[in-house]
Amino acid sequence: MDLSNINPILLVASIMISATPILLAAIGEMVVEKSGVLNLGVEGMMITGAVIGFIIAINTGSPLLGFATAAIAGAVLSLAFGVLTQIFLSNQVATGLGLTLVGLGLSSLLGKPYEGQKTVTLPKLDIPILSDLPVVGRMLFSHDIMVYVSLGIVVAVWAFLKHTRAGLILRAVGESHESAHALGYKVIRVRMLAIMFGGACAGLGGAYLSLVRVPQWTEGMTAGAGWIALAIVVFASWRAGRVLVGAYLFGGITVLQLNLQAAGMTWGVQYLSMSPYLITILVLVLISSNRSRGSHNAPANLGQTFHATR
Amino acid sequence: MPDDLLRLDGLTKAYPGVVANDDVSFDIREGEIHALLGENGAGKSTLVKMIYGLVKPDKGSMTLRGKPYTPSEPSAARQAGVAMVFQHFSLFDALDVAENVALGMENPPKPRDLARQIREVSETYGLPLDPSRTVGTLSAGERQRVEIIRCLLQDPKLLIMDEPTSVLTPQEVEILFETLRKLKSEGTAILYISHKLEEIRALCDHATILRLGKKVATCTPSETTARAMAEMMVGSSFASPAAKAKTPGEGLLRVDNLTMPAPGAFGTPLRGISFELRAGEVLGFGGVAGNGQDELLLALSGERTSQRGTIWVKGADVSRDGPVERRAVGFLTAPEERLGHAAAPNMSLTENAVLTAGRRQRLVNKGFINWGRADGFAQDVIKRFDVRTPGTHVAARALSGGNLQKFVIGREVAQNPDILVVNQPTWGVDAAAAAAIRQALLDLAAQGAAILVVSQDLDELMEIADRFGALNEGRLSALRPVADLSIDEIGLMMGGAHDMEVAHVAE
Repeated sequence: MDLSNINPILLVASIMISATPILLAAIGEMVVEKSGVLNLGVEGMMITGAVIGFIIAINTGSPLLGFATAAIAGAVLSLAFGVLTQIFLSNQVATGLGLTLVGLGLSSLLGKPYEGQKTVTLPKLDIPILSDLPVVGRMLFSHDIMVYVSLGIVVAVWAFLKHTRAGLILRAVGESHESAHALGYKVIRVRMLAIMFGGACAGLGGAYLSLVRVPQWTEGMTAGAGWIALAIVVFASWRAGRVLVGAYLFGGITVLQLNLQAAGMTWGVQYLSMSPYLITILVLVLISSNRSRGSHNAPANLGQTFHATR
Repeated sequence: MPDDLLRLDGLTKAYPGVVANDDVSFDIREGEIHALLGENGAGKSTLVKMIYGLVKPDKGSMTLRGKPYTPSEPSAARQAGVAMVFQHFSLFDALDVAENVALGMENPPKPRDLARQIREVSETYGLPLDPSRTVGTLSAGERQRVEIIRCLLQDPKLLIMDEPTSVLTPQEVEILFETLRKLKSEGTAILYISHKLEEIRALCDHATILRLGKKVATCTPSETTARAMAEMMVGSSFASPAAKAKTPGEGLLRVDNLTMPAPGAFGTPLRGISFELRAGEVLGFGGVAGNGQDELLLALSGERTSQRGTIWVKGADVSRDGPVERRAVGFLTAPEERLGHAAAPNMSLTENAVLTAGRRQRLVNKGFINWGRADGFAQDVIKRFDVRTPGTHVAARALSGGNLQKFVIGREVAQNPDILVVNQPTWGVDAAAAAAIRQALLDLAAQGAAILVVSQDLDELMEIADRFGALNEGRLSALRPVADLSIDEIGLMMGGAHDMEVAHVAE
């Protein structure tokens, strides 16, 4: 084994690439859950975003257009979930699982003709001064635009939830839909908007996989990323900052174990492959095990169906 | 009349199968405290929801200061100067006080200004409150202050209060009344909903009485007796429970230094609770909700087992036994929440009877249910306790609250327990049914059973208990004979007014 093959600069740079899809999906799902809705269809919305983004990008030659369409596709798919769960009061868990199955099936149908093709990918940004800095420039400031967009979304979500009235109403709806309704807030409208935001973010995350990270289309290419995003939201105690930590930790260990394998580490490849899942969940469990600021942070009405009886 | 603030004219609201309000008309004058009285299900809540814009009337009109008033949603009502303090608080546990207040306002100021305003108003009205506390950590009385301050910050012309005192200690009630009288002196009208008649007599200028959705009477509470008002509410007279003379026998249940951690984030730990319950006696535990009542019930029923040596039944340690073993030795409990805890909502009355009486009434034999016997037992309960239901096959959730309450209490009483623990036995039950349930408990005690009644209704405890104790933050006060207790002493036992100051009433 030759550890000197691992270049720390490239390692950090690829961690950011590796973490971005999960970060996008997780921050969107966090907003959905904050409003009191549990959408287990993240995986389905991600892979739909991946295939739609790929198809649009390959046919128009514009990856940015691909991302935009992927976000719309994710939002449309989540809208179906929203209509079923919020208006027809179907069970959120079952509907979410159904959404995942629909997304997986739909994507392999749509993506069949595109398997193995290559697409144009997003250009790396060349930010004046910052990108030219030694070491940090290559590590942090020479990525494509979506990496920074994802970080921007995290900051925006944090600020929205903490400092705006709309964010306060969204949290209130997730905390007690009865009380929010009694005060005259439109519970279902708030939740629909949150669900669509979550769908759009998941779509962007999926498109990042097929347009930047890989970049090509293969069936089932999300490979459980949507489920990890869901787990990260829970273990991050529904906090934007911790979602960021969790996603980067998962991305980091994924890249590190790939590098270790490439460097010739021969024993326990299976263990290396499972390590990102294990370590991410372990670390986040430890963070959230503190009772005073841990799992009790869950929105009180998470996953409960709301029906105005009055 | 020129000084009418709000005039209701012929308000009617029907739901499928029931007319919640039928042609209700009355006036609320400027600066008066107007009581709205009625049994559960009389249509009080629907009426105030119409005034607050949560429900649209089918027929009828409202006039506010001479102008037509048709709020389409609560924010319209708030803009018109109508504010409401909810019975089941409309608060958000995980948010802090300032955020909760902001959510109830139309145009909340910046967080820093809001915190300052909350402090100002809370000092003016003697309702101390820290804007940065998380609401989930507040006591029931403090939560109500959040609701009231939320309303006061909007300078309302009409303040609606839906059963505000059900969660307060007597001292807190006194302070609330001072606050309300101060508001009245400043010209705010208050619509006060309650079924506690003595409070209404002490506080209100006029009263409107509803029965089955219709206005049946108006009166001036200070000139009417509580009993006369109660009979107007119920529509008939009823007998008060009468205790039989008795002498307490041997100790049946002993609780010895029972200490348990809180079951959840917002629960209450039990701290060193000790008492003895004797045959033939009724022991009453009062206290404001959330001071350990539910936790004590969990420990006594065996749903949460406690440390060895803490709970003794007839000299045997049952601390580690579950509910089934405790039932087997004649130690029965009836928890508070009738839908979901005391009864399974979607199961029939017969099935619900088997769930707790299976062993003692031998409804189960070698693992098989004897449905004939079970049905007979359920019918017996229904007959003895006058449960109004089409039959034993009816699902528990189809019964009205009062009827189901009679069934779940009757089911335990009919098993002839040696020890019976009940939590809130008459919660949400109309006066006549409540009297019947209390009488059944007294009769059971007269036959030699030991009974512990946990309740927030102090009048109920004064009526049926021999000795009284108060739960406060998971501790039990010293037990005192009810005969020589005054309501002030009870208030102090319940923990007083939780650091409240008396409002400085404007002269």
